[in-house]
Amino acid sequence: MTSAASRERKTVPRTYLTRSASDHRKVERRRWMFRHPLVIRVTHWINAVCLLVLLMSGLQIFNAHPALYWGDRSTFDAPALSITAESGASGTGRGVLQVGALRLDTTGVLGLSKVAGVENERAFPAWATLPANQDLATGRRWHYLFAWAFVLNGLLYLLYGIGSGQLRRRLIPDRDQIRDIGGSVREHVRLRFPEGEEARRYNVLQKLTYLVVVLLLLPVMILAGLAMSPAMDAAWPWLTTLFGGRQSARSVHFIAANLLVLFVIVHVLLVLVSGFWNNMRGMVTGWFSLGTETR
Amino acid sequence: MAIITPRRRFLTTSLAALGTATLGGCDRFAGTDAGRRTLRLGEDANLFVQRLLLSPGSLAREFPTSAVSPWFKPNGTIDPPDRDYRRLASGGFADYRLGVGGLVERPLSLGLADLRALPARTQTTRHDCVEGWSCIGTWTGVPLAEILIRAGLKPQARYIVFHCADTLEYAGAGLEGASLRPVKPDHVRHVQVAAAGSDDWGGGEPATDETSDETAGRTPIRYYESIDLVDAVHPQTILAYDLNGNPLPVGNGAPLRLRVERQLGYKMAKYVMRIEVVETLAGIGDGLGGYWEDRGYEWYAGI
Repeated sequence: MTSAASRERKTVPRTYLTRSASDHRKVERRRWMFRHPLVIRVTHWINAVCLLVLLMSGLQIFNAHPALYWGDRSTFDAPALSITAESGASGTGRGVLQVGALRLDTTGVLGLSKVAGVENERAFPAWATLPANQDLATGRRWHYLFAWAFVLNGLLYLLYGIGSGQLRRRLIPDRDQIRDIGGSVREHVRLRFPEGEEARRYNVLQKLTYLVVVLLLLPVMILAGLAMSPAMDAAWPWLTTLFGGRQSARSVHFIAANLLVLFVIVHVLLVLVSGFWNNMRGMVTGWFSLGTETR
Repeated sequence: MAIITPRRRFLTTSLAALGTATLGGCDRFAGTDAGRRTLRLGEDANLFVQRLLLSPGSLAREFPTSAVSPWFKPNGTIDPPDRDYRRLASGGFADYRLGVGGLVERPLSLGLADLRALPARTQTTRHDCVEGWSCIGTWTGVPLAEILIRAGLKPQARYIVFHCADTLEYAGAGLEGASLRPVKPDHVRHVQVAAAGSDDWGGGEPATDETSDETAGRTPIRYYESIDLVDAVHPQTILAYDLNGNPLPVGNGAPLRLRVERQLGYKMAKYVMRIEVVETLAGIGDGLGGYWEDRGYEWYAGI
């Protein structure tokens, strides 16, 4: 769509005759906003693909040594977290997730899971890793290729977002929003979301979450990844020091990945309950419905 | 609403099918030549950018000796099954000779006493395994540059190849000298890599004794690695003979192992027997520069 056409559509809202309306003379006017510019839409979907590949190849890499430590080096006999397979008393295996003193039986998912009907000792199950079979070399290749795609795509997003003022306009909460943060929490709890004029901007919890993800979680992810590289440690020793050592950086990378998964789950759930097709249309075509008004 | 629901269901189902096909397709894509080439782009970018960030003299972090790991985890081969190696080990490596050849002006043959008489460097560094774990150890050895200066590099010299004593697997009988590619189709390769991955907690070694296999005419594939001249002349690139003040244990690569501190552990060949200076890696193994490189791992392992 050309920008001239989009401007026209923005100023001349489309009029819908709704088929379900009982009174055929009544006209419902749907109000639209052009919510997501092309660069934001494209970088959003590239980012989604990158994060999926990075997560799954990351779990493949984790499976090569399914334990985490703090500090510079591995303390093999006392990992902070480990996912292992144990043989039980009756000869049956079980998967165990251990975090500090906490031990959880995770048979079937973590530690021990089935691949084509056969029990397999592996930390994360085959369906969660890329490649599906145990193959560290290929997992690493997927990880680095998509890490580059992710970084370049993220830079494009940030440059555009800062240059166009979109980032500030979209993500920095307005004064009135900060004052009414409690109201936004109450709305979320009841799964009710703003419509009409108020839906022109993100709500305050949404803004703060996106800010934390974009400016904190994703940069931490990249930096912690780099801090694990022996070459980067020689080039930028301060980076590994910042995370408290290479093994700490690896643990932070893993924790940040889990937080990103948590974010994506909440993000997708909220997309679903706050008007899935409207949200999807918004992120695919740019056009977002603010609801209808009857004239 | 009722009118568009089937369309939406169709779209949702299509999306799910597309997702499944994409992920399944990833594995198929990775198995094609174009896929392998594409996946290698990440390594090229890593090498290019990290070499920009690193000056030739940037040193890997060095630690106080108090940070040394109480146990330095041996990985890969931890007890070479090879008859020649076992004979050397039982004699305390008194008969060990390091060969230096290829594109050099003066081929060398150095015993352990010769190596210990050369200038030495001691460094306490962190060893980062490709699997993710780290150990810290104090290494003493002769800088590789000292040996290369004595041997004298010819102008065409580009890579330093390390040939090791330990057998990791056997090529098929009667195929000595032939390219291994035709006898190792992709599915076999995958099985081998999976097998190597499965003993990541321990460290693998061939279960069979070499003696019987050699008489049976099978060709052992011994470990090999390579680095370029940038890393070869780096001050911390040493051929180590001591770990934590004691002669290198067999598990950690006795009598001599390579340290390339700005790269991952698999670059640091253990049980080094021969150094070969070459112009191209084409004639080494399958041509990708190392045992693990020929099995899918990156030649440049800075990350």
